[in-house]
Amino acid sequence: MMVPVLLAASEVNVALNVAFGVLAVVMIGAALFVVTTKNVVHAALWLVIVLSGMAAQYLLAAAEFVAVSQVLVYVGAVMVLFLFGIMLTRAQIGAEGNLNNPGWALGIPVALLLLGVMGWAIIDLFGDQTIEEAPGGASTQAISDQILSPYLAPFLAITFVLLAAAIGAIVLARKD
Amino acid sequence: MSVLAVEVPYWGQSLLRVLGGIVAVLLPAGTIVYVFLFKMMSFMQSRLGPMEAGPYGSMQLFAEVGKWLQKEDLVPDGADKPIFKIAPLIVLGSTFLLVAAIPFGPDAVFTNFSAGVFYALAVSSISVIGILIAGWSSANKYSLLGGLRAAGQLIAYELPLVLAVVGVVIQAGTMNMQGIVVAQNEGSMFGWDGLGNPFVITQFIGFVVFMISVQAELTQVPFDMPVAESELVSGYMTEYSGFRFLTFFIAEFATAGVFSLIASVLFLGGWGIPFAWFGWDGIDDVSNWMNVAGPLILFTKMMLLAFIIMWVRFSYPRLREDQLQTFAWKFLIPLSLANIAVTAILKVAV
Repeated sequence: MMVPVLLAASEVNVALNVAFGVLAVVMIGAALFVVTTKNVVHAALWLVIVLSGMAAQYLLAAAEFVAVSQVLVYVGAVMVLFLFGIMLTRAQIGAEGNLNNPGWALGIPVALLLLGVMGWAIIDLFGDQTIEEAPGGASTQAISDQILSPYLAPFLAITFVLLAAAIGAIVLARKD
Repeated sequence: MSVLAVEVPYWGQSLLRVLGGIVAVLLPAGTIVYVFLFKMMSFMQSRLGPMEAGPYGSMQLFAEVGKWLQKEDLVPDGADKPIFKIAPLIVLGSTFLLVAAIPFGPDAVFTNFSAGVFYALAVSSISVIGILIAGWSSANKYSLLGGLRAAGQLIAYELPLVLAVVGVVIQAGTMNMQGIVVAQNEGSMFGWDGLGNPFVITQFIGFVVFMISVQAELTQVPFDMPVAESELVSGYMTEYSGFRFLTFFIAEFATAGVFSLIASVLFLGGWGIPFAWFGWDGIDDVSNWMNVAGPLILFTKMMLLAFIIMWVRFSYPRLREDQLQTFAWKFLIPLSLANIAVTAILKVAV
């Protein structure tokens, strides 16, 4: 049961499966360091490794455009803003005390519960189905075709949410 | 892939690609430093520049590298040591990632990403992390200020950089760098195909915005507030010496070279010459010798653009920090948005 769940298309893609395993171990290790390290900047840098590992996993799944978006948005923008914010406010070098929230232990059952629910949902939905590879690999064009025809309404809705967030940020930042 | 009729195994191809990537990053960097930084700047200041090492000082670069490698690798006592040591390597590493998307000939490509331009813009933003943590881990107020200035500047100029490229992508109809080269060399202007259709003409506003943003992304004068020597000693590089300073130095000029390469691909027709000259019908019809001539053509165009970057660098005084932010957010971004709108309307209408 465990092996077919963990491994993509069995016999053919040995290298892909090995790479998936290595990346997964690195990501899990880095994620543990994010919550255990004693320095906020170090936590942010371990998070960079987790998010880059995610981009590499997308590349292994031949989702080139999603992988590049992951790098551009999370590594290039979100993490830079995180680091920027941390360094503007508390740029201490070395270990810090009292980083943990008093209720941190509650996070463990919540994380396990989420893992269980999501894993169960995915296995229940797809089982041992194989997802067919897109022919030609012109996935970027396919994504844009999908976004601009069947998914146009949700796409526009998201842009309005982002616009509202941007305007809200400006209103908060204005002094007068 | 076969080279000179010898079938190359996969590991051999990978090795060749890695070596090619190293050459494609370091050769432009070395040439830019010698031709522009050593010689052109000296001539503009009525002096000769380095003359001792080799004929006309042409071996000066090797002497400099030897000097930097001999120096002690100092780490400040209060610094966060592992992060301090890794930061310059992140900055240089992002340059090497950047070169992977650039096509050098019809078959001379490292990878043929279908989202090539998008990839290049994404990995170029990784270097910001390296600069930020270099400034933070030095345990020096000047370094931290320099790192913060660099981050603010690179975020601000990343936007016009990306938006300027969107116009090119709309006009070429593809994000693949090879596709953009082909679109420019197959094209024609009002039925005349003697020059192809280099996007520097139709996307002139995009080209200017792109080059200004590149100047800022490279933190070259007039946008060098992160390392402003009269205010911040050397900004985020203050505490670095020896081999690690050399890494930052190489990264600065290698990135200048790689961004010039990307700009030549996007706006000057890349490795190609107008296909009409030799009656080629498309990318599959291009003669094999272009795999040798292509890199040379691209290198020439790169030198032209690098010349402009360095010319501006040696001619203008530094802007003020608030002028820099105002210029990006209130002028360049609206201008490039207008450029996108006009390009999209013309693309649909014509």
